[in-house]
Amino acid sequence: MLKFIALRLLQGVLVLLGIYAVTFVLVAATPGSPFSSERAIAPEILAQIEAFYGYDKPLGERFITSLGNVLQGEFGPSAVYANRTVTQIIGESFPISLTLGSISLLLALLLGIPAGILAAVKRNTWLDYVPMSVSMAGICLPTFVMGPLLALVFGLILQWLPVAGWYGPEFMILPATTLGLYYAAYFARLTRGGMLEMLNQDWVRTARAKGVKESTIIWKHCLKGGLIPAITFLGPALAGIISGSFVVETIFQIPGLGQWFVRAALNRDDFLVLGLTVLFAAMIVLMNLLVDIVQVALNPRLKYD
Amino acid sequence: MTLVSCGDRIAETEKAAKEGILLIGNGSEPKGLDPHLVTGVPESSIIGALLEGLIARHPTNDLEPEPGMAERWEHNEDYSVWAFHLRDARWSNGDPVLASDFVYSWQRILSPALGAEYAPMLYVIQNAEAYNLGEIDDFSQVGVKALDDKTLQVTLQGSTPHFLSMIKHTSYFPVNPRVVEEHGGMTDRQSGWSTLENYVGNGPFRLKQWVTNQVIEVERNPSYWDAGTVRLNGIRFYPIDNANTEETMFRNDRLHMTNTVNPDKIAYFQEIMPDKMTISPYLGTYFYRLNVTREPFTDVRVRRALALALDRQLIVERVTKGGQAPATGFVPDGVPGYGASTAVQYDPDEARRLLAEAGYPGGEGFPRAEIMINTSEAHRKIAEAIQALWREELGIDVGIYNQEWKVYLDSQTNLDYDISRSAWIGDFVYPSTFTDMFTTGNGNNDTGWSNPRYDQLVARSRVAESEADRMAIFHEAEDILLDEMPVIPIYWYTRVYLKDPRVKGWYPKLLDAHPYKYVWLEPNDDTGEE
Repeated sequence: MLKFIALRLLQGVLVLLGIYAVTFVLVAATPGSPFSSERAIAPEILAQIEAFYGYDKPLGERFITSLGNVLQGEFGPSAVYANRTVTQIIGESFPISLTLGSISLLLALLLGIPAGILAAVKRNTWLDYVPMSVSMAGICLPTFVMGPLLALVFGLILQWLPVAGWYGPEFMILPATTLGLYYAAYFARLTRGGMLEMLNQDWVRTARAKGVKESTIIWKHCLKGGLIPAITFLGPALAGIISGSFVVETIFQIPGLGQWFVRAALNRDDFLVLGLTVLFAAMIVLMNLLVDIVQVALNPRLKYD
Repeated sequence: MTLVSCGDRIAETEKAAKEGILLIGNGSEPKGLDPHLVTGVPESSIIGALLEGLIARHPTNDLEPEPGMAERWEHNEDYSVWAFHLRDARWSNGDPVLASDFVYSWQRILSPALGAEYAPMLYVIQNAEAYNLGEIDDFSQVGVKALDDKTLQVTLQGSTPHFLSMIKHTSYFPVNPRVVEEHGGMTDRQSGWSTLENYVGNGPFRLKQWVTNQVIEVERNPSYWDAGTVRLNGIRFYPIDNANTEETMFRNDRLHMTNTVNPDKIAYFQEIMPDKMTISPYLGTYFYRLNVTREPFTDVRVRRALALALDRQLIVERVTKGGQAPATGFVPDGVPGYGASTAVQYDPDEARRLLAEAGYPGGEGFPRAEIMINTSEAHRKIAEAIQALWREELGIDVGIYNQEWKVYLDSQTNLDYDISRSAWIGDFVYPSTFTDMFTTGNGNNDTGWSNPRYDQLVARSRVAESEADRMAIFHEAEDILLDEMPVIPIYWYTRVYLKDPRVKGWYPKLLDAHPYKYVWLEPNDDTGEE
């Protein structure tokens, strides 16, 4: 198992290097500069700014310098936000996204998985139809509809909860719910599918024929296998929740990471784009590794190799 | 933390009003708070609380010079040499504010190595341009000198009676040389002096808190020279990009003022909260650039026809809906002593005649042209209205395409467009901030248009004998611009925002620069009367 992890980590590093190189070239090839603005800048001044950030060097040299910096743990200065480095920006916003993401994910699992199990077990009854219709609606209803809707009801009409900001636990409820409900719907459907597949297995019929209690069948025999699709989705879901909560962050004015993804690209803040891309890729690599480990633990047919 | 229900909930705005803290939406996260490096509105509105220039902002009148660091000043007969007498003021770290601090600051923004984008604002100063472009290395040749600790002498390139108006801009603000030198030196763009920990200012407020993407809070600065006049205890600037989020926060009692209002909701807000909807003129022009190097815009008759065919009244009433004024000239209304041009009119008959004369009767044979906009719903709506008006009045069919902001800027600079949506906001209240940009080869011209007579007039405006002469010269130049029409003015801007009636001392300002020291909150008076 240790060998498996070491090998996968090594692969991960290579993947990250590849992603870094490709992103670097793409960013350099994108039209527009971090320093362009509606007001013209004298060429002499522009040259000074570009020299300051190393943009006057040839692309190859810039790549080597920047890679060297990254290996020392610094992606470089933000080209747009004065006296802030990429590491600083990520360092400030990542914990917030992590908190919001974890709460949302927890909520998604707590709602989605039981609903999925229930729907599978009580297949074709109202206990199946209702949660599944709701989850379909949840998947179809984008966060930019759900968010303002929740803010309107619980913030403006009922006045129970604050609608924007990030100052304490009560500020986390609406955004975490908005984000969590969306993923809960996915988890419910995946769990239902996984459970149904298990419940339709021949050995389940055999177990039933032998008079094994239904609850034992469900909890002891089917649950492990039935959860595999949901667990497989856990990796991309967590990475997506943490980095991709741009819409929710905008609606609820949360100083997280998601906004920087969009802003960095719009500003052509090259080093920031690179830093965020690598962070995102690293998260996916790491999450997938974790998911693989858990999967092998759950599925006796898989082995670490 | 407790969850409070509606009954016992104390509104954030009410609590803040009692504490004398103004809660204000401020657009996007500031890119920095260094007055010599920032270029945007969100930045300068915060810097206006932290720093003070020679001349300060006046609460009501943009032209009235409000004494700031300078308690008095004089100039020679032709307004080309100025002397500013500094008052006894202190930086927030206790250092005295000296005339040499201004010399250092202006040398800093003009240093080529700093690469300050707003350095050209100081080009009115003798030899400032040459120094900034690296043509001379000796700053003592630049027209700014500290005659003693308290006297600053400024020599300008030519006669500049509106100099006092210009030096209210953040690019002329002082920084504390000791502090800047401690944190990386004069020309370090990533200098740490302007961070939360190190910021030293001379303004009515000082930096208290800066949480990225969340809030910037300033508090009363006890060492400010006029601390007794300051009525607010603090201001919280919230960086909120999204107008809808901002509106939700305002209605959830978390903001005293918003930065903007979603244009689609203006009419609705005027109905449900007329006491809070605020609309005031803003010194800016919304216009379309025409690429005069491309057919058919090489023909002045085509350009004029396009301009004459627009019913601007209709556009501001039905599309923008924010109280904007139809632009009848390029320099917006409101510049004292100028009197806006009325050359741009709605005259569809004349437009059709000109178009026919140019060889496109009824729009026949008119080449396919495209309006380029940067991606935004609001710009698209205006472009669609203009597209429809041109089709209806002239029988021509133009397309619309959008480009992402930075790509759009590139296209505009490289003249890679037919018609480009544009806007210009004045840096100070004077016609030159609008007319200078269309001289031949000016970096902001971006139309390919060039007129030697126009260039001459702009040059002459800098050496005119009297203010009346100068204004006449500006008018002559603007007339040429509007006659040749490389740009089609559409409307003059307004500022549209929501304001809590408890906010007092906040008056409409053409440049939207408000001196926070005169603003206060009246927790129990929500009548909106001063």
